[in-house]
Amino acid sequence: MDLNYSADELAFRDEVRSFLKENLSQTLSEKVRLGKRLSKADHEEWHATLNRQGWLAINWPEEYGGTGWNAVYRHIFEEELCLAHAPRTMPFGLFMLAPVLLKFGSKVQKDHFLPRILDGTDWWCQGYSEPQAGSDLASLKTRAVRDGEHYVVNGQKTWTTLGQHADWIFCLVRTDPEVKAQEGISFLLIDMKTPGVTVRPITLIDGGQEVNEVFFEDVRVSVANLVGEENKGWTYAKYLLTHERTNIAGVGFSTAALVHLKDVCAKQMSGGKPLLDNPYFAARVAQIEIDLMAMATTNLRMIAKAAAGQAPGAESSMLKIKGTEIRQAINDLTRRAVGRYAMPFVSEALDSGANAQGVGPDYAAAASPSYFNNRKLSIFGGSNEIQRNIISKAILGL
Amino acid sequence: MDFNHSDERRMLQDTLHRYLSDNYDASQRANSVGHAQGFSEEIWNDFAELGVIRVLFAEEHGGFGGSGFDIAVVFEELGRFACVEPLMASGVMAGRLLSELGTEEQKALIGDVIDGKLKIVPALEEPQSRYDLDVVETTAERVEDGYRLNGTKSVVIGGPSADKLIVSARGADGLQLFMIDADASGVERYSYPNLDGYHASDIALVNVALPASACLGASEAVLSGLEAARAAGVTALCAEAVGAMEAAKDLTVEYLRVRTQFGRALGKFLALQHRMSTVLIEIEQARSALINVAGHLSAEPFQRDKHVSAAKNLIGRVAQLVCEETIQLHGGIGMTEEYALGHYAKRLMMIDHQLGDVDYHLERFVGAMQRESAREAMS
Repeated sequence: MDLNYSADELAFRDEVRSFLKENLSQTLSEKVRLGKRLSKADHEEWHATLNRQGWLAINWPEEYGGTGWNAVYRHIFEEELCLAHAPRTMPFGLFMLAPVLLKFGSKVQKDHFLPRILDGTDWWCQGYSEPQAGSDLASLKTRAVRDGEHYVVNGQKTWTTLGQHADWIFCLVRTDPEVKAQEGISFLLIDMKTPGVTVRPITLIDGGQEVNEVFFEDVRVSVANLVGEENKGWTYAKYLLTHERTNIAGVGFSTAALVHLKDVCAKQMSGGKPLLDNPYFAARVAQIEIDLMAMATTNLRMIAKAAAGQAPGAESSMLKIKGTEIRQAINDLTRRAVGRYAMPFVSEALDSGANAQGVGPDYAAAASPSYFNNRKLSIFGGSNEIQRNIISKAILGL
Repeated sequence: MDFNHSDERRMLQDTLHRYLSDNYDASQRANSVGHAQGFSEEIWNDFAELGVIRVLFAEEHGGFGGSGFDIAVVFEELGRFACVEPLMASGVMAGRLLSELGTEEQKALIGDVIDGKLKIVPALEEPQSRYDLDVVETTAERVEDGYRLNGTKSVVIGGPSADKLIVSARGADGLQLFMIDADASGVERYSYPNLDGYHASDIALVNVALPASACLGASEAVLSGLEAARAAGVTALCAEAVGAMEAAKDLTVEYLRVRTQFGRALGKFLALQHRMSTVLIEIEQARSALINVAGHLSAEPFQRDKHVSAAKNLIGRVAQLVCEETIQLHGGIGMTEEYALGHYAKRLMMIDHQLGDVDYHLERFVGAMQRESAREAMS
């Protein structure tokens, strides 16, 4: 057993660090550190920066412009990005759609879409959940009916993250309503500019609009945009979900959030002393740090397995549950730490590049909104209840 | 032993419940939340007319109540409807400070408060005070004919709609309270909404000139007056939280009944049933903690404050459980601003940030417990 990175891995980490130092602007990292809402331009700027370095598609094979890194390198890279408060790389095209296209897409689809993901031409969003199909995703009802060389799509998707910025949406649609739910689903790529597609942003309780409803009314989609075979979409979606779960533990996010929390604690006063000198609060922070130290090692154990060629299975459900619990607990402490300044809510002050004045210290504005926003972590990507079902079945054999 | 409210209190609670059912739906609430000063004039006047403000004051001050349970029945209903009118600040906290410490002239204002014509709001906490009421950097300088105040008060809930403020300041005589006009020269308000829809102000006091008569109470009585006001305020917040918890629970139980996934109602899944049962048990604990604090509001200060800290700590913990579990059991819909659950969830969490959070009151409770056991060891 050896808990340390190899010399090569350490050298790679240093390379990433110096890249970040030179290429991640202070303006952008400050927005991320202070929990501001990023604009489309912010995301695009960071996407282009990584692409210039050739470090964008970290889980693609090299022949398509990926890095070809193994799981340990990917982990080091993602952790360094988090610690430097880099924006989250938009995963929809890169990490959700691309693996499906690489495995099941036609050559034409790969050659057309993959370069456009890399150079930022197409912003993708995910059309999975529906109002009546949440945890029970297979019950989705959006219909695609074949009409000559087109499908005609009718229905509604929801919780579509950043769909308001998207050029394309990859959708699960029902092509055969007569068979078992999982067997009548297809995987369809739809241009958001097609007539009949409407996007309506949803305001969440943190005041932001990061998710949307997407409506389809007689939307005509060329059959060329079907991925793989008709009625095999569920298989592809399940494959995608396993890819969505890489880095699911979010150790890097938690580590960065803990550093931020301690910084807040050093500045917040309680009874005339820094908050971290208060034994009650210090105990809470310590407890979380202890949990995170163990979590980091659990995560590395799984990564080592993956690097050795063992595909992540139901273990990723453990990482998702524990990882999201820890992230939420850190958000909770940051909310507590800012005391009464957790209450003021000047929504405009959270917008990227806004001049609106917040109330209290700069780190206070996002404390409560982030706490509420990250309630989503235990809901999306397969709720933590669904993850527990998977563990019960796949690991415990119950 | 009798855990039922008196007939008068039950009648008041029913009246307020009916009134809010008829007049405080989502769109009316949105009016109050969206109002520049964070309240509706109409609703406020109706509160006065219904006796909702009067019941927060004792008979000797022109009210017809003022006990812990009077506060509890009113605020439980306000919490149930996620009401954002600043009744706690004006009716309870400032009301207590006036009753406890006010001069005759100042107490004479209570009548207008009860009639809804005047809002007096306490502005006690400061940027560095966190939850301590005695950490005060605002200064009261003695000048000829009175005082000159300088300092900053922060996140003053009800500040935007206040006609008068009761501010704390430190002077030659120690901690003092002063009544000032909210629009007096040298008072600068920066107002904003809070995350839960209440509105608040940061208030800068720049050379505010006051006559000697603006002072409330003798300096040595100020701290105990502040503690009495906080005890009443915490009682109101705890009741409001219990009302909000009940509403959040009801919405969630209903959702579990009607939402179908995997071919059956969510409420038929054992794991979810158990979690909802835990929520129910904890809300009953919260209600008992509320009864404890309301029942000890007029007890001697040591006992009273022990219950204040016990209730605020327990209810803060339960509020977080209710917030997180009811959102989780709803899934994404529970996170949308359009749906009422989020309003309750946000209020439940923000209550923790008023008048001392879970940790603050745990620490105070530990202090009380230690003093008690030291006393017993002595005797």
